[in-house]
Amino acid sequence: MPDGAYNYAYLDEQTKRMIRRAILKAVAVPGYQVPFGGREMPLPYGWGTGGIQVTAAIIGQDDTLKVIDQGADDTTNAVSIRRFFARVADVDTTTRTEEATIIQTRHRVPETPLQEGQILVFQVPIPEPLRMLEPRETETRTLHALSEYGVMQVSLYESIARHGRIAKTYNYPVLVNGRYMMSPSPIPKFDNPKLDRNPALQLYGAGREKRIYAVPPYTPVKSLDFDDHPFEIETWEQCCALCGSKASFLDEMIVDDEGQRLFVCSDTDYCEERRK
Amino acid sequence: MYVAVKGGETAIAHSIDLLADRRRGDRTVPEVTLQQIDQQLSLAVDRVMTEGSCYDRELAALAIKQARGDLVEAIFLLRAYRTTLPRFGDTLPIDTSRMVAERRISSTFKDVPGGQVLGPTFDYTHRLLDFALMANGETAAAPTAPVDASRDLPRVGDILEREGMLEPPPAGDGAPAQDITRQPLTLPAARPVRLQNLTRGDEGFLLALAYSTQRGYGNNHPFVGEIRFGAVPVSFVPEELGFDIEIAEIELTECDMVNQFAGSHDIPPQFTRGYGLAFGHAERKAMSMALVDRALRAQELSERANSPAQDEEFVLAHSDSVEASGFVQHLKLPHYVDFQSELVVVRALRAEVEARVQQAAE
Repeated sequence: MPDGAYNYAYLDEQTKRMIRRAILKAVAVPGYQVPFGGREMPLPYGWGTGGIQVTAAIIGQDDTLKVIDQGADDTTNAVSIRRFFARVADVDTTTRTEEATIIQTRHRVPETPLQEGQILVFQVPIPEPLRMLEPRETETRTLHALSEYGVMQVSLYESIARHGRIAKTYNYPVLVNGRYMMSPSPIPKFDNPKLDRNPALQLYGAGREKRIYAVPPYTPVKSLDFDDHPFEIETWEQCCALCGSKASFLDEMIVDDEGQRLFVCSDTDYCEERRK
Repeated sequence: MYVAVKGGETAIAHSIDLLADRRRGDRTVPEVTLQQIDQQLSLAVDRVMTEGSCYDRELAALAIKQARGDLVEAIFLLRAYRTTLPRFGDTLPIDTSRMVAERRISSTFKDVPGGQVLGPTFDYTHRLLDFALMANGETAAAPTAPVDASRDLPRVGDILEREGMLEPPPAGDGAPAQDITRQPLTLPAARPVRLQNLTRGDEGFLLALAYSTQRGYGNNHPFVGEIRFGAVPVSFVPEELGFDIEIAEIELTECDMVNQFAGSHDIPPQFTRGYGLAFGHAERKAMSMALVDRALRAQELSERANSPAQDEEFVLAHSDSVEASGFVQHLKLPHYVDFQSELVVVRALRAEVEARVQQAAE
């Protein structure tokens, strides 16, 4: 134990047990938001406290942890969270998607396909997919209980009426196992198809809102759409300037004062592996 | 050619070192001690203990020092420490009528049993900068009246209540109160949960909400039944003993707000109450809390509830400074993946509009 003042993985064992119970319930009811007694973490709310608590509750010394933010291992918050677990859980860390047993992520799903036995932990700011349409928790819980999701379909329809297409680009709502509407967290809709029937376990933690939800392995996850406006993902005319990939999500960078642009993979591990 | 930026880890370590350096400031100036913060910035310590939900002056002073005087940051530090502490059990409910009051005033009666005790307060000062303090002059000790700690100090509210003029405090259900630091907030919330939330809530947020009720957004016609500040004993029953022992004395500010109530079909007109309680000396906080507590009772009292301060979900979900500060500031984190998705779709939409305009022009 590297830091004797705190329990292994920071949280006390009672708290971990409470979180594990919430996770089990979440796995049993895919897509349902389970309230849990979220604790105050030494990192700020909105910076991944839900994901950190989920990771802290499931991590053990045999695990290998990867942390990404925007697909990259070296963004400030990913570095901070990785250092946190290296310090309090004495755990091996990696940037390789294949090597990781737990991948905590913000805003991306790795490009490299995940395997059985891996766990993807999402950091979730607003777990409620209907929140921007109905601010009251008491109302949205009723809507979920009744599977009454018309309000979201109407909002997507309005987008088509106004723009000729569904202009929602990230945090694109999905239906899990044909029952619960779920927020996939603010991943680009480019990543939504990866959630569907994924061999890995997906756990979603929202610390500030104190909710945990899950998508068990191989569970159907459908992005909402219409028969005449099927779900589509982003495409780029360019390919990655570093590895040449045409299949990955590209970040755009402004490289000079004239506004010259360069496109590179958002998933840094994927990009580096391709360049080897 | 762009190369993916590595070395974030080193940069972060340097940033942390620089923060520690700036916290210390000019090394020729003596470092501030925790005792100095505790003694001379005691109201800051009180606020950090109240909103940090942890009565420990030394830890609060440490948090203030480490946070460079940023109280919301200090509250965050204290809370993150508190959450790791084991629980031995619940103390017995404190009895504020046993308070040895250093200050106690009522604005509803000219005199009350136990008297009006002004105590230390900014209320009667002129807010003129005291340049004598710049010269580091010592302050002479103030004369104080002997305190009779042997007698209880009855609460003004209790006296009104005996007469039936003031409603009794809303009855609890006898069950132990839910601890909002261990269980998630569910709505609608019981009053003990609301009061916990408000005590931990950001003073500025509660002050603004309380103020809004006075300006007509859910007015509840308040009077300060009583405000008292002083030390109260805390008792605990250890399992192995089976009887209570006094384990501490803590300073509290309590506000009992008395509010007009027109009565309803079943209840004759009487006064109702809003309640505020804070660690240390925090009258602004306790009063704001009492006003908001009363505003949140609108539904229970069958009043119209269409103002922000009366909206339980709005108030309870947004009162916490640590939650709010974290989420507002998380916007500093990179969002370039989401922004890229938006760029892609906005460019496509713009291209469509431009094509349409061009077609119309031809």
